[in-house]
Amino acid sequence: MSELKAFTSANHPTRRWRKIKDRLIETVLLLAACSSVFVTLGIVYILVSESLPFFETVSFKEFLTGREWTPMFAEAKFGIRPLVAGTFMATFIAVCVAIPLGTIVSAYLSEYLKPRAREALKPILELLAAVPSVVYGYFALLFVTPMLQKIMPNLGGFSVLSAGIVMGIMIIPYVSSLSEDAMRSVPAHLREASAALGSTKFQTTLRVVIPSAFSGISSAYVLGISRALGETMVVAIAAGMQPNLTLDPSEPAATITAFIVQVSLGDLPHGSIGYQSIYVAGLTLLVLTLIFNILGMWIKSQIQEKE
Amino acid sequence: MFQAQASRLTKESMGEVDIARNLKWRRMKNFMFSVVGLLTLLFAICTLLALFIDLALTGVPRISAEFFTSFPSRFPEKAGILSAWVGSLAVMVVTAFVAIPIGVAAGIYLEEYAPKNFFTKIIELNIINLAGVPSITFGLMALGLFVYKLKFGQSILTAGMTLGLLVLPIVIVTTREAIRTIPNSIREASYGLGASHWQTIQHHVLPYSSGGILTGVIISLSRAIGETAPLITIGALTFIAFLPTAPVSEVFPYVSFQWLSDAFTVMPIQMFNWVSRPQKEFHVNAAATGTVLLIMTLLMNGVAIFIRYRFRRRMKW
Repeated sequence: MSELKAFTSANHPTRRWRKIKDRLIETVLLLAACSSVFVTLGIVYILVSESLPFFETVSFKEFLTGREWTPMFAEAKFGIRPLVAGTFMATFIAVCVAIPLGTIVSAYLSEYLKPRAREALKPILELLAAVPSVVYGYFALLFVTPMLQKIMPNLGGFSVLSAGIVMGIMIIPYVSSLSEDAMRSVPAHLREASAALGSTKFQTTLRVVIPSAFSGISSAYVLGISRALGETMVVAIAAGMQPNLTLDPSEPAATITAFIVQVSLGDLPHGSIGYQSIYVAGLTLLVLTLIFNILGMWIKSQIQEKE
Repeated sequence: MFQAQASRLTKESMGEVDIARNLKWRRMKNFMFSVVGLLTLLFAICTLLALFIDLALTGVPRISAEFFTSFPSRFPEKAGILSAWVGSLAVMVVTAFVAIPIGVAAGIYLEEYAPKNFFTKIIELNIINLAGVPSITFGLMALGLFVYKLKFGQSILTAGMTLGLLVLPIVIVTTREAIRTIPNSIREASYGLGASHWQTIQHHVLPYSSGGILTGVIISLSRAIGETAPLITIGALTFIAFLPTAPVSEVFPYVSFQWLSDAFTVMPIQMFNWVSRPQKEFHVNAAATGTVLLIMTLLMNGVAIFIRYRFRRRMKW
């Protein structure tokens, strides 16, 4: 009995040890939680510090306004525009596929299907996002491109169009999953009110559910766009790797990511201009992604303010 | 304005015929949307099927025992994926060792310990943003940091750490979700019996949420196994005709970690290499590799869905 009493007192060695152990464990866990911050800082630091030497040889003006990107040639040209144009074009096509299809699918899943059917179909749909992107690249090059060539006989073996379409299908689940969550969290009384006024389900979905869920739906769009901007293997395989300043989606073109892959496949001496150029390209990609995310957050805050 | 609308309503729709026509048209649109929705959903699922069938039709005839036990070769009919699947396996081991402890620990901290303050908010925002960072930038970071600054070389260790950091947000987020489903009454009961904070986590929170955590771990590994771009960036080779050093040997000290610093290739890179060659015969090899890769990914996802389903049924608080 006296032992138990001693144990319950705050200064008993067992208790003190337990407290120290708890504190220690908490510190370790805190460090683990901070690791993600370290990773972000690491990415930013490495990308910036490895690309800075690039601007000692190339002027910032040439980088932004040049119309050719040929860093590996003997007569190297460093204008980022062809790569940015390729990235935007591929992303635009992907978004044109993913946003309409993803929104329709999410509205259908959330408003029209019974819970059981929804629970069964959602995991299958999400498998679309689980397929490795290199497999999508194969699919784009050897299935979708030949199919498109039947409709458009002039289409070459590599095209931004087919890469973009496949990329769009690939990101449907990213768009549909988050949008569906947003639509389902719209309170039922709004739907009931709309139905009581005589709306059909379609009218309720279009005029009540989608507008009230739009802040969540817009985050889904932003996530989809970020995915498309950073997607690598599909474009590297199916869109060709030649930097090409064009607005014609049936031509081959390189995106920022495809360029990084192409250069990395070769032998790359540390500190060479080729090495620096992939970091500059990577930094550009990161900045573009960041701009889109900030834009998305701004749009979201505007919508929320209105409400 | 309301009056104007009301008067329009009385003028236009008071006739019964008009109401009927309006209703019919609206019901029609509703029906059309349900058809469009179903078709869109079917389109997405059929694309998945087409991809799988196309890959399997081309690839499956190529899959044989020799395909798994041969090295890549200049001759497409002799080439195999031995170095690729061994490489994938080795990289996955390192990835798991990096992502699971850090991810689960971070998840526990954020759910069980973190105070609600500015600092915690920063960490949470950071994790969300990290999940949206293009995977190739992780490769660039690893090339600069692990390969050149820390001198790990273009090795299995570098690759595993890169993928580990890449999937870290997935592990953290799923761990948090799993822990969040445990009701507070369990924690209070444990405290009531005199357990400390960590004892509560160790004996109650973690075991009860292990199903959800496991689901997250499997999903993150299935993501990592198909990841190609960051590994190409750190300089993984596309043609490797040797295996990493065996981790166990018959002579002292029996266990060797030499394999961590060996060069490697992985299945998606092997597939990329084959698909980017012009010869049709290599495309068949690519399809076979893709089939193996796809089956592994789908299996891992299937297991994850199954575990989630089982745990959801068993746990009734």
